[in-house]
Amino acid sequence: MTNSISTDICIIGAGPVGLFAVFEAGLLKLRCHVVDALPQVGGQLSEIYPKKPIYDIPGFPDILAGDLVQNLMRQIEPFHPTFTLGERVERLAKLEDGTFQLFTTDGTEIFCKAIAIAGGLGSFEPRKPAVESLETYEGGRGVYYMVRDPETFRDRRIVIAGGGDSALDWTIFLADVAKEVTLVHRGTTFRGAADSAEKVQKLHEAGRARLVLSSNVTHVHGQDSLEAVTITANDGTAETLPVDAFIPLFGLTPKLGPIGDWGLELEDDAVKVNTLDYSTSVPGIFAIGDINTYPGKLKLILCGFHEAALMAQGAYKYMFPDKRYVLKYTTVNGVPTL
Amino acid sequence: MTDEVRIYVEEAPGQRREVVAPTDMALSVMEVLKASGYDIQATCGGMALCGTCHVEVLAGPALDEPGDDELAMLESLPVMTQGSRLSCQIRITNRLDGLVVRLMPQGT
Ligand SMILES: Cc1cc2nc3c(=O)[nH]c(=O)nc-3n(C[C@H](O)[C@H](O)[C@H](O)COP(=O)(O)OP(=O)(O)OC[C@H]3O[C@@H](n4cnc5c(N)ncnc54)[C@H](O)[C@@H]3O)c2cc1C
Ligand code: FES
Repeated sequence: MTNSISTDICIIGAGPVGLFAVFEAGLLKLRCHVVDALPQVGGQLSEIYPKKPIYDIPGFPDILAGDLVQNLMRQIEPFHPTFTLGERVERLAKLEDGTFQLFTTDGTEIFCKAIAIAGGLGSFEPRKPAVESLETYEGGRGVYYMVRDPETFRDRRIVIAGGGDSALDWTIFLADVAKEVTLVHRGTTFRGAADSAEKVQKLHEAGRARLVLSSNVTHVHGQDSLEAVTITANDGTAETLPVDAFIPLFGLTPKLGPIGDWGLELEDDAVKVNTLDYSTSVPGIFAIGDINTYPGKLKLILCGFHEAALMAQGAYKYMFPDKRYVLKYTTVNGVPTL
Repeated sequence: MTDEVRIYVEEAPGQRREVVAPTDMALSVMEVLKASGYDIQATCGGMALCGTCHVEVLAGPALDEPGDDELAMLESLPVMTQGSRLSCQIRITNRLDGLVVRLMPQGT
């Protein structure tokens, strides 16, 4: 069944700038729906550097990136934004009345009056190993690049590949859920959380998960869905294992993705905007944060916040060309709620 | 002693482009490659956090061993070869003269 959502502004990207845009739009009593391809909010701050301190947020001499995301979420609570996470916006259409319809990878449809693209460096896409025909089994047919719902793997035979924290963490977690878990790692040692590596080793010794080191998954096999994978050791020996799911976990890398195909004027993979209100070449579509470009652009959170404030005003004017908006300070009126 | 070194980028098998790099600016190989027009994302700005500056060292002088952060990132990538390095973690010094690298495809 198609999930259909209706809102004032659809914000594409739940990075710091997209989240703060909810606040600025909320001050103008505009409702927001936020979509992000990642299963969690925070963009680069959550995906790349959650534990790193940031020193250039006004009012915070230092703050961990992860804490800044949490604070932003608290700050926007009064406006009750809604979220679609783990889905990428693929396509959008401008309707005859000047409103928009957006379509996500998982079939969610969003109807809105204006769009704020806060897509950062693009959507974070999984790094895929170079295994022939891997894509044949994507889309629920046996190859998964992230674990969204562990229940998908209940009582199934799974092979996880990777040597980072998420490969270790999911091996530990899914050992209790799946019927069989095999972790394939190209090296012999695990860096990262030593404690997780130890747990996986213990599960292996107890026969609750299998650990295959110095090896790679080199082939995938099956008719309509995945049925087996071949694991090849660095010395060339190979075994083919019947499986229901293969989960390569090699981290994520940002790609501009579909935003590049929406007919917006671009420059060097960034969306060109008018700094008056951060509008793009398509009326009703705005672009803020790392995704946009203009003379003097700085890719900083602070600058994205400023852009969000001006964008909200611009979007308001686009939606209600006849209404006059008078700027009010939150210190005078407090934070309005929706 | 000169204040620049020559490093080489193997753009296709047997086809190498020379890049001249200053040694007195504390630059990394990633910064020099980026400045020379190579398409390297370097999302994290050289902090060994993103892996988008992955190169393979093909020949040249011996380099310092990679640190723990660099190894941890390299190990999490789908492809890691004997010569795999994060170019942001290699400082340009006089010792680097003659280094030959190949850019790993984006995403690996
Ligand atoms: C290591 C590191 C340290 C940094 N330190 C600082 C610092 O100290 N101070 C500072 O100001 N800045 C810093 N930055 C830069 C800062 O992180 C960025 O400027 C900021 O994250 C930009 O925010 P954003 O919301 O525009 O984009 P992002 O944080 O990139 O978020 C964009 C989101 O949009 C989503 N998205 C994209 N396309 C789609 C689509 N089609 N459908 C659905 N979702 C989509 C992505 O999945 C992503 O979650 C640092 C960056 C890095 C990597
Ligand atoms: S630039 Fe990010 S790891 Fe080198």
